[in-house]
Amino acid sequence: MQTPSDAWQPTAAFDNLRQRAALLRTIREFFYQRDVLEVDTPLLSHGTVTDVHLAAFSSAFSHSETGKPETLYLQTSPEYAMKRLLCAGSDSIYQICKAFRHEGAGRFHNPEFTMLEWYRTGFDHHALMAEMDELLQATLNTDPAEKVSYQDVFIRQLSVDPLTAPVEVLQKKAVECGLDMNAGLPDDADTLLQLLFSLYIEPLIGADSPCFVYGFPASQAALAKVNADDPRTADRFEVYFKGVELANGFYELANASEQRQRFLADNAKREEIGLPPLPVDEYFLSALASGLPDCAGVALGIDRLLMLKLGASHIQDVITFPVSRA
Amino acid sequence: MAFYSTNEFKGGLKIMLDGEPCNILENEYVKPGKGQAFNRVKIRKLISGKVLEKTFRSGETVEGADVMDTELAYLYTDGEFYHFMNNDTFEQIAADEKAVGENVKWLKENDVCTITLWNGAPITVSPPNFVELEITETDPGLKGDTAGTGGKPATLSTGAVVRVPLFVQTGEVIRVDTRSGEYVSRAQK
Repeated sequence: MQTPSDAWQPTAAFDNLRQRAALLRTIREFFYQRDVLEVDTPLLSHGTVTDVHLAAFSSAFSHSETGKPETLYLQTSPEYAMKRLLCAGSDSIYQICKAFRHEGAGRFHNPEFTMLEWYRTGFDHHALMAEMDELLQATLNTDPAEKVSYQDVFIRQLSVDPLTAPVEVLQKKAVECGLDMNAGLPDDADTLLQLLFSLYIEPLIGADSPCFVYGFPASQAALAKVNADDPRTADRFEVYFKGVELANGFYELANASEQRQRFLADNAKREEIGLPPLPVDEYFLSALASGLPDCAGVALGIDRLLMLKLGASHIQDVITFPVSRA
Repeated sequence: MAFYSTNEFKGGLKIMLDGEPCNILENEYVKPGKGQAFNRVKIRKLISGKVLEKTFRSGETVEGADVMDTELAYLYTDGEFYHFMNNDTFEQIAADEKAVGENVKWLKENDVCTITLWNGAPITVSPPNFVELEITETDPGLKGDTAGTGGKPATLSTGAVVRVPLFVQTGEVIRVDTRSGEYVSRAQK
């Protein structure tokens, strides 16, 4: 533990901060070479994310045009604003910005963190995975990535089919793996799949080169299209490297009414488990209704990328002041 | 008793689990970008000494355990209980056999031990890291033998048996590391 009198000091060594600056420069050069436009969108927004497992910070705005006090949310990712730009005709864009999540700090977590998010028009998720692989090779000097479907990686690592296994089979598998839950095992398939994946698959994949996992269950689609050939899965991918969850990407859902349905379903679920429903981003939904170009997008944690580059074991080694010192 | 949320989990926090006081050894916050957040926690049960790994959903709360360590001098045993005294307040406390456990073999009168109290009652007794005890029985060593030849067993005044070098004799006082149960040296006169 640092003594309180040291608490004003940064937790990252200056050499790490220099490496951080160099990494940002490499990323900007990567997109400059590919003619992807850097953009800057608001961190404060009237609408927010409805996802049951994401919590946004909120703030009070007392100077609105209407004279009424308003709640503004700090973004959890710049996704909605960037898609509005895409709908307005921006073509491929990227952004490096702060994102905020109202949750605990940990080895890989700080409530305020730096995110790289980019969208490629005319790409599907496979084309975007290929580009992301190039970015990882350019920044981390990695070998070409492995690509595996969510279904295959479950069968390979745990001998269970995540798309067909009933809840009891997943519970049995969790017990077999040694999972001991304080309040008993969850009784819904998605939570069980997430636990099995995080605890017993994630640590074993991407050990030598990055591992792209695609085709998550449709129930965990978030903002991805449901797969055209197998509607049990969504065109969503995640990237894992050396036990770190590095990025999450989608072949983007363009259907405004389906998007609204997903927001409403989220809010219904929030109420069911005693969380307040949240205002959906109507600007975003209007933009989708006007037409989102066919595109894929991905968000990557820059702090984690730097941790991997430096072999750092804690996020505080790569950021100036973690939340406890902010 | 206080309740702690998983946000407050950290090494050293004492919580109740399955009716037993426990010490948190390690806590790791796990949060998939999309999905349920949870805490993987390594825990030592303080009575059984068992170490286990539990997973909590983030935001769960657990009851804190009223556990504290206190330094007390060992006085004597009446055959059933082991009596200790606070050298400052002269307050006495009795620990049962279960709390003392295997460490009974290191208890020497007047040695200051760490007693862990749960709700005021002793649950574990830890001897000092080093104790000095007299050898009550060991085979006579051979003349000219030096240390480092594997040694021989020696029984100490408390009943503990440790391996000692061949040159150490019955009646001598030796220094022992109670964590490893190994001979360290002859005690300084």
